[in-house]
Amino acid sequence: MSSKQTQVKEPLIRMVKRGSISQQKAWGIRAAAFLLSLVTGGLLILVLGHNPLSVYKAMVIGAWGSRTVIHETVKLAVPLLITAIGISFAFKMKFWNIGAEGQILVGAVAAGAFGLFTAHIFPKIPLVILMLLAGMAAGGLYGLLPAICKAKWGTNETLFTLMLNYIALAFIKYLMNGPWKAPGSSFPKIAMLVQGARLKKVLGVHWGWILALILVVLAFIYFNKTKQGYEIAVVGQSNNTARYAGINVSKVFIRTMFLSGALCGLVGMLQFAGADYTITEGTAGGVGFTAITVAWLAKMNPFGMLIVSVFIAMLERGSNTIQTNFKIPASASDLLIGIILFFMLGCEFFITYRLIFRGKEEQHA
Amino acid sequence: MSETTEYAVKMHHVTKTFGKVVANMDVDLELKNGEILALLGENGSGKTTLMNMLSGIYFPDHGEISIHGKQVTIRSPRDAFGLGIGMIHQHFKLVDVLTAAENIVLGLDGKATLNRKEVNKKVAEIASRYGFEIDPSKKIYNMAVSEKQTVEILKVLYRGADILILDEPTAVLTPQETEKLFAVLRNMKKDGKSIIIITHKLHEVLSISDRVAILRKGEYIGAVETDKTNQAELTEMMVGRPVSLEIERPQQERGIERLQVIDLTCLNGEGVKALDNVSFSAYGGEILGVAGIAGSGQKELCEAIAGLYPAIGGSVLYAGELNGEPIKERILGLKPDEIVKKGISMAFVPEDRLGMGLVAGMDMTDNVMLRSYKDKKGLFVDRKTPREVAEQLIEELEIVTPGVDTPVGRLSGGNVQKVLLGREIALSPSVLIVAYPVRGLDINSSYRIYDLLNEQKKKGVAVIFIGEDLDVLIELSDRLMVLCGGKVSGIVDPRTVTKEDIGLMMIHVEDEQISPEGGNEINGAGQDAGEKKDENPKEEAGV
Repeated sequence: MSSKQTQVKEPLIRMVKRGSISQQKAWGIRAAAFLLSLVTGGLLILVLGHNPLSVYKAMVIGAWGSRTVIHETVKLAVPLLITAIGISFAFKMKFWNIGAEGQILVGAVAAGAFGLFTAHIFPKIPLVILMLLAGMAAGGLYGLLPAICKAKWGTNETLFTLMLNYIALAFIKYLMNGPWKAPGSSFPKIAMLVQGARLKKVLGVHWGWILALILVVLAFIYFNKTKQGYEIAVVGQSNNTARYAGINVSKVFIRTMFLSGALCGLVGMLQFAGADYTITEGTAGGVGFTAITVAWLAKMNPFGMLIVSVFIAMLERGSNTIQTNFKIPASASDLLIGIILFFMLGCEFFITYRLIFRGKEEQHA
Repeated sequence: MSETTEYAVKMHHVTKTFGKVVANMDVDLELKNGEILALLGENGSGKTTLMNMLSGIYFPDHGEISIHGKQVTIRSPRDAFGLGIGMIHQHFKLVDVLTAAENIVLGLDGKATLNRKEVNKKVAEIASRYGFEIDPSKKIYNMAVSEKQTVEILKVLYRGADILILDEPTAVLTPQETEKLFAVLRNMKKDGKSIIIITHKLHEVLSISDRVAILRKGEYIGAVETDKTNQAELTEMMVGRPVSLEIERPQQERGIERLQVIDLTCLNGEGVKALDNVSFSAYGGEILGVAGIAGSGQKELCEAIAGLYPAIGGSVLYAGELNGEPIKERILGLKPDEIVKKGISMAFVPEDRLGMGLVAGMDMTDNVMLRSYKDKKGLFVDRKTPREVAEQLIEELEIVTPGVDTPVGRLSGGNVQKVLLGREIALSPSVLIVAYPVRGLDINSSYRIYDLLNEQKKKGVAVIFIGEDLDVLIELSDRLMVLCGGKVSGIVDPRTVTKEDIGLMMIHVEDEQISPEGGNEINGAGQDAGEKKDENPKEEAGV
């Protein structure tokens, strides 16, 4: 038995946790990961029969090349950023709110209830405020549901919020086909918001972008300087410690999830009144899920989310451009985005761990 | 050839690091065939890490391991079993709903069908050979801690291990059970097994081992023959300098009755009484020690008083002063923040320091303000004062940390405890409850904690000290309450009582007939009675 054992070699690769790593080195790893992702993506482009460099160039120009495309990029970044901030409220207390999609949709519907049916009653400014409040309230209440159930009965918030997405989506389909179907339309769609009720543009994009920037600062202050932000952090780290400190954990769950849902609901309102002017099944368009990536990549830091959301918006805009310019299929350009994000998320592993190959350990001693 | 067979285990220049932390540095260790080697060292000296490399849980960065003279590579616990090495871990790794025998054969290769009869027979045979008492068909969840440990040891023996490693096996045992375990270990030694026992209790080292190997801060200090050494020498080798092992018990006039607990009763998760009509009083200016086997209701007791655990009966009364006026409050059933709102300053150092008392991922400032952040009005937190308090604590308690901004989870156990106890003391409490305050701490830190508790006692604070080391409890407490299965089996004067008496009280509630010689026979069952309540231990043993 033991003679067999002696022939066994040490394992080929071992994972070892890094003690600490300098910021410089961490950013070096991230930069390397980004370059690697471009190389890997480049191979994909080569297989498709194009020159990677010109494709990448077209992506950048497609996102930042002209005033019009910049507006489009910002328009993509705004909902992503606000949603990411919204879900980071919940994520900071380890409440896995993956229901941003649904919260966006109900926010849009609530705003639509006022925007579509009371535009002739209220003047513009009160109407916009009403839509804003309605959107946030609806999103917040939709977020409250899983929080209350978790606080009272310990239900699993991940499944709960996910399922609520489908309910919201089905509800919109119902509205499109039934009660809210645009008069005179032969196929199911909801009417357009009247011109007068649409959000005003500032520098070419609806003012949601200013709101988003303000929210970045406010969220940062809330997380780091307020008692409520502190409570969220304590609950996120340990429910037991929170109870020990006299924090009412259920109350924090409920309050924070309302805020989280309200911010997502706000996104729905902005999309409806500022970008799409109507509500469709695509109003949320996956933003609620992409925002999870944004929040994680930014490590829940609002300023980081600003950068990441603009970056992802750029990739999405750019991938649209290469679809038209190079006739690259949408699935392939999505694959390209996926590759880049995969590398960016994956490199965090190498920031926390290092690998040791067989026989190489001596040099680390 | 004799050279290769004399040593069961030889570890040579073994090094293991975790990130920047060096757990073992260039350690040599030798275990002779058929000896009991005590591996001694303070917490954090790398004893468990070293043994984990032997049992295949960790892989060394450097160094060689030879078993019976052959150099080997141990990549997994399976490899270790193949070499005849078995480790009994501090935290048991058993499946609760399975029987002892089923746990023992779990993970072994074999036929698709399990012949329970045969397995039970073989288990019973091994047990009787070494003097264990075990019912192979008893489910784990019905077992007392000492029985579970027996199953762990049998599991290793069943697999044919001839090199056994026991990681702090006595931590969960009463003095009597410890003696029993040692008897079994001696039987194994006679049978030719080689044994390494990890411990930091010196008197146990002296009573069981043939040789002692000492680690300090991850480095191998040396090995000595047990009968040629003494406690003082071992301590010096372990700590690195001579240390006085006496614990002070300052004389102090007993103050007012601060806390009165009457008939406190709580249920545990399974609906069984975790606390059963517990009554006692805590007075200012004294340390009330609480002894008991792990899981006798200590956790529920502290948490119920602190407002963190629901009670189904009884009451807890607090007497104190608010704005110069004497107050008497019922605090049972109140939440921690409601207790604070009543103007009661009760400090609590929970057993689970990083999971309840502190937030591991936060820095010292944020941890210091955990209990006081609500004091100031307004939306925003004030980090200035807590930061000053944190800096003061670092200085006064000599907390070793890179700075106030380092997450407390990165500090060593002793320093974590200083942060926690320091914060609680900074609240200037009138009642201070500490649960296992020195668990996992080195000797220096432990003595610093005893000093801090004595300081509080001198200030007139009512200190409730939940402990596990009977020697410490006897030396430090002014009165000693013994818990057994959620009941108070007595409150005694530690100056006059012996350790053995307390040991018996820990497993039997008063006025149940027991004969000390019968300890072997009813030890395990007696504990059982403790957990299940109100069952006659004799009957239990007869089943």
